[in-house]
Amino acid sequence: MNLGPGTAVRIKDAWPEADGPVHVRTPHYVRGRSGTVVRHLGDFPDPGDIAFERKPAMRSLYHVAFRLPDLFPDATGDELLVEIYDHWIEAAGRAQA
Amino acid sequence: MNVREAESGRLLAALTSLLSERGLISDDELAARMAITESASPKQGARIVARAWTDPGFRERLLADGTAAVEEAGVFMRGLPPLGVLENTSEVHNVVVCTLCSCYPRAVLGYPPFWFKSPGYRARTVRDPRGVLAEWGTAIPEDVRIRVVDSTADYRWMVLPMRPAGTEGWSAEALADLVRDSDMIGVTQPKASL
Repeated sequence: MNLGPGTAVRIKDAWPEADGPVHVRTPHYVRGRSGTVVRHLGDFPDPGDIAFERKPAMRSLYHVAFRLPDLFPDATGDELLVEIYDHWIEAAGRAQA
Repeated sequence: MNVREAESGRLLAALTSLLSERGLISDDELAARMAITESASPKQGARIVARAWTDPGFRERLLADGTAAVEEAGVFMRGLPPLGVLENTSEVHNVVVCTLCSCYPRAVLGYPPFWFKSPGYRARTVRDPRGVLAEWGTAIPEDVRIRVVDSTADYRWMVLPMRPAGTEGWSAEALADLVRDSDMIGVTQPKASL
């Protein structure tokens, strides 16, 4: 996956913690929400693997921007930036949460 | 020894003596590394900010690659997560939070303040940043966008605040004295008279 700045994306609406022990670095409040890639930050070993002593997959890490009102209905018109690994990102254009 | 239940002091002693016995680390190296860890404090970050305010080339390098720029300025970064620097401008004000735990750029800011780790700060900053900043006495004008940066993964983030008005001609040392940890997290802004 190679996403340039400005690419519209959606964070997967996945809840792996419901299926058993996991280590997840994707905050719950962005799952299923749409945002915009700001930039590629680099490639890093997956902390979800490291936490369980598995051989880590390399993940591309992206800074993704969201409008705060898209995350919290009572928020002001500011923005939020968060680091998201590529396996949590899907193409935008699907039904918005 | 059961490593899951061992008392932490005993565990540390066992680990360091094994590393030493096997020649993987010397006592001098260990002492030097502990001194580096203990020297980390917001004063390092304040020095970096003051240099960025007074040296445009350094500011540019700092924003492009925080890790390389602070290493150039004498901060030991080997083995630490990469550092990203977020610039406050007349259009955007950055504020950093770690909602998942307490990720913090320790090399430049030292240990995180207690409130940074509190559930209240972590939960409220993403949802109501203007409300949180107001409690710090920080009013960001309506036409300035607040950018909340949730530090969730491999990077650590530090804010480069705006240089306060009334500091024209000040030395980098005098400027560094104005900069607090809260300014580099983004909940406050440095002022010429504290």
